[in-house]
Amino acid sequence: MEILFAFVIGTLTASGVYLILRARTFPVVVGLTMLSYAVNLFLFATGRLVTAGQPIIGSAKSYTDPLPQALVLTAIVIGFAMTAFVVVLALRSRADTGDDHVDGQKEAFWPEPGAKPAPEETR
Amino acid sequence: MNHWLTAPILLPLLGGILQIFLSFAPLGLRRTLGLATTSLILVVSISLLLLADDGAYRVYALGNWAPPFGIVLVLDRLSALMLFMTALLALFCHIYSTRGTDAQGRHFHALFLFQLMGLNIAFLTGDLFNLFVAFEVLLIASYGLLMHGGGTARSVPGLHYVVLNLIGSSLFLISVGLLYSVVGTLNMADLAVKVPQVAPEDLPLVQAAGMMLLVVFALKAALLPLCFWLPRAYANATAPVAALFAVMTKVGIYAILRVYSLIFGDQAGPLANLGMDWLFPLALVTLAFGVIGALGADGLRKLVAWQVIISVGTLLAAISLHSEASTSAALFYLLNTTWVVGGLFLVTDLIARQRGSAADRIVTAPRMRSRTLLSVLFMIGATAAAGLPPLSGFFAKVLILESVKPSPEMGWLWSVILIGSFLTVIAYSRAGSIVFWRNVEGHVKDPGHLTLPVTVSAGALISLSLVIVALAEPINRYADATAEQLHTPSAYIEILQTPVVTRRESL
Repeated sequence: MEILFAFVIGTLTASGVYLILRARTFPVVVGLTMLSYAVNLFLFATGRLVTAGQPIIGSAKSYTDPLPQALVLTAIVIGFAMTAFVVVLALRSRADTGDDHVDGQKEAFWPEPGAKPAPEETR
Repeated sequence: MNHWLTAPILLPLLGGILQIFLSFAPLGLRRTLGLATTSLILVVSISLLLLADDGAYRVYALGNWAPPFGIVLVLDRLSALMLFMTALLALFCHIYSTRGTDAQGRHFHALFLFQLMGLNIAFLTGDLFNLFVAFEVLLIASYGLLMHGGGTARSVPGLHYVVLNLIGSSLFLISVGLLYSVVGTLNMADLAVKVPQVAPEDLPLVQAAGMMLLVVFALKAALLPLCFWLPRAYANATAPVAALFAVMTKVGIYAILRVYSLIFGDQAGPLANLGMDWLFPLALVTLAFGVIGALGADGLRKLVAWQVIISVGTLLAAISLHSEASTSAALFYLLNTTWVVGGLFLVTDLIARQRGSAADRIVTAPRMRSRTLLSVLFMIGATAAAGLPPLSGFFAKVLILESVKPSPEMGWLWSVILIGSFLTVIAYSRAGSIVFWRNVEGHVKDPGHLTLPVTVSAGALISLSLVIVALAEPINRYADATAEQLHTPSAYIEILQTPVVTRRESL
């Protein structure tokens, strides 16, 4: 079980890193999600892998560490909120720059010296 | 158990929730409530500062769980100092934001207060996982604040900032998990007890966790290989947000100072002073890099953003020396640089608003309406930031230079800081002389007047530099005491003996 678990974490991390390095917003978001899955699994494993154990002392012969489960729960909630935010931000960046590259369109950000700056957006 | 420790967290939390419910209320009401909350936080943090000055550790066990098992808040001199520094900076930034920044979006005040809450949790917590949560709270708020006002110029650096920090958070979780899997605790005091006793075969794991934590904190603090996101993000944020963010990099520095003096400090056996040999050269290179960036900056805001990186380099170079004197000097410099850089961001915004389309770019433009006042403020701020006498930056840098003992490190530190300061002076004088002295004919359409709140808040932050000089003796005494407290972690460990509050039988 340990080997399978480690293999899953490793694959998720590797795919996540690869996708983040793609430098397009959608792959980056998917990559971040994979990375956070890998991290969550890893955190879960820090309490050691136990099958059929309960997180309460005294209720069964063997017990499993409840703290990593609490940590994972926190990490999942935070990771989920962050993913939602970064999706919205990626859409916003796509709409603002007209391109899904993480740097946007180069021209929009490196104006020629002396060029008039883009007018500030007003609401 | 001292219940006042929760006040710096609960106040912005309640204030922020109130702001969310009032998001359609008149702007005046929201401003009044927001400013009142920030002022209350300042009052509380001053009283905590006075409380912490006796050198004792005060502990608040959340939910009355005994320390290694539950989350604890710990107040010591360093936490109190950081709380006070943040609260004072935040109050002036908040006052400044009433000039119109807060009208650009509905939730400015709520985000601002949640940002303060995250910062205050980070400074008070005595638990490593809670530190992660605090980082997330302040980051979520900072994402919103950074994007506040909208526009393409903000969404792209914002995207970089968010993605980088999400990766940083993953690394933080991995290192926390590694530490927990070996040591079996995440309470900082308990970690300080157990890390020296780690079995030799587990040492590499703890070492890896410690080094990864350093990477995470270095990303927050913007140390060199991890600082490329900072100048664009800060230069494009609205002025009060950029000024408040002067304290964001200091959270990373606080975390480094706390974790690497307590958990991986001198007493940590084979893991003593983990990573400090890496930190010193990297900090010096960061300093040099910041100076080069400042010399090449094409706008005043960029210049000040590079000043943030310069100050990070200076601070971490002093901290990595790991002596009491250098830590104390770093704390003195920390106060000076945070407030002055915050003030410079505000002054830069005032300048940009009076120059029409030239904005903050370092080019000739028509004469500003309030040139005298703004140029004096800019000069004081630049002098204090670059470290020229007679302002606080000079004394802070002298303290740092004096704190290092004769060694090869001394040569590196002295030369990099002194040459760096000289080049920073050049960068500031070049920017100042072009912006203030070289005027062209013409006039700016509707430059606007300086109103009292913005002038006072920008001026006050800058002139805090003078206050630091006037009060140098007590501040230095406090910084010395803080450094002494940080370098005797055995006292921190005693918080594990904090008794829980037991219920009285008669009730």
